[in-house]
Amino acid sequence: MQEIIQIQFWQMAAAYIFVLILMIIVKVKGIPREKEIALSTVRMTLQLILTGFVLVYLFENPHPLLVLLTLAIMQLFAISNIFKRVKTKLSHKLKKIIALAMVTGTLTSLLYFILVVINLSPWYEPRYFIPLAGMLIGNSMTGISLGVTRLVEGMNTQKKLVETALMLGATPKAASRQITDNAFDAAILPTINSMVGMGIVFLPGMMTGQILAGISPITAIEYQIAIMLGIVGSVALTVILFVQLGYKTFFNHEQQFEI
Amino acid sequence: MFRLEGVRYKNILDIESLLIPAGMVTSVVGESGSGKTTLLKLLNKLISPDRGSIFFNDKPFSEINSIELRRKVVMLSQSPAIFPGTVKHNLLIGLKFAEKPGATDQDLATILKFIHLSKDFEDDAEKLSGGEKQRLALGRVILLDPQVFMLDEPSSSLDEETEKLVMDKLVSHSRQKGKTLIMVTHAKKIAQAYSDKIIEIKNGREAVTCRK
Ligand SMILES: Nc1ncnc2c1ncn2[C@@H]1O[C@H](COP(=O)(O)OP(=O)(O)O)[C@@H](O)[C@H]1O
Ligand SMILES: [Mg+2]
Repeated sequence: MQEIIQIQFWQMAAAYIFVLILMIIVKVKGIPREKEIALSTVRMTLQLILTGFVLVYLFENPHPLLVLLTLAIMQLFAISNIFKRVKTKLSHKLKKIIALAMVTGTLTSLLYFILVVINLSPWYEPRYFIPLAGMLIGNSMTGISLGVTRLVEGMNTQKKLVETALMLGATPKAASRQITDNAFDAAILPTINSMVGMGIVFLPGMMTGQILAGISPITAIEYQIAIMLGIVGSVALTVILFVQLGYKTFFNHEQQFEI
Repeated sequence: MFRLEGVRYKNILDIESLLIPAGMVTSVVGESGSGKTTLLKLLNKLISPDRGSIFFNDKPFSEINSIELRRKVVMLSQSPAIFPGTVKHNLLIGLKFAEKPGATDQDLATILKFIHLSKDFEDDAEKLSGGEKQRLALGRVILLDPQVFMLDEPSSSLDEETEKLVMDKLVSHSRQKGKTLIMVTHAKKIAQAYSDKIIEIKNGREAVTCRK
């Protein structure tokens, strides 16, 4: 194995020059974004440093409860992020469905991955568990955000179609079929597209990290294939759970469309 | 067929009592915004009243499954949606929604003739004119062959000649087959020409004109 090139502190600091360039560009162009750029750079830095310390601590003190706590915090963060990202107003019921779909979908795929695909032992080994959970949760979060937006928009703009279907005797499920299919499609498309470009257009972060850390590219690729499939599974599962339960929140117990 | 007792919906409708007879043609008239559409929506449980009860064949609505009711009491909206796809797809989609067996091409041809729509099955339904779309949506409802037709201004975007042709056929068809026909119309002339009973809605309250 090759020795990893350690980045010196000043070298890392030098990378901030990219942000400086961006700041100068927006300043010259008169785009009022300096504050956001500065703020998000500081946030990114602080969050990563903090995460670094947390990970070091977790890796040195592997304990199932700590790992589960981390998992819960990741879930909470992802779910609140979905609520923030979706621009339309969400009903209380729909928010509950989003949380339920996220937790159930990602946990199921995570457990399958940990127990069957890589057969991790102990199951909570943080070095594997936490990054894997992060990847599944992060990608599912992006997928579900797209799905939520499409579903709510669809229900709002295609009101007449849904109502006409109900008048013809459709069940709420059949009446919203086109909208739910559409939402599912929009939600998983980015994941499918990223499979297509994989390895050619870009080397995904995890694989790059592993190769940089001195692991053989073949091993890194095996992991990458497995994780990519895991991501597809997790995104599909969370999104299907979400749309299959989510459309129901637009109807009441008398099968009336409420919007 | 329908009986309403003390029915109130928001501040839109307030109906003391109302009977809609089976096997007859009933028209609902009234100014725009008087609550005609709201009344039809109440009758197939697309909305529920805030107060009062509605009965279908003496059975209270609370004991009737909404979807089963809507399959017997089919409503045609005053601006019905046309689904993306062909004319044929738009005719058949009603049967699919209502989970009824499909229709043969011959059935569909009969329907097209019934509604005076000289279009091919494979024509793009979204390219039809307003009046053609309205007739296509009417054809979709007739194909479902429900017990009760509830039509909300079914001839509003038809020219006078087509209106007469279609209404004549519709009314004689439903009389022949013993159907109940409830239609909202903006034209009193139409109401008088075809109906056994006329319900006029004024300020959310009904005044009934019985004939025959
Ligand atoms: N969902 C609704 N919520 C509140 N008001 C409504 C709703 N739908 C219709 N209205 C109002 O109720 C009144 C009656 O509407 P409608 O039944 O469509 O009248 P019509 O069909 O006789 O023209 C109108 O003033 C309309 O603006
Ligand atoms: Mg109306």
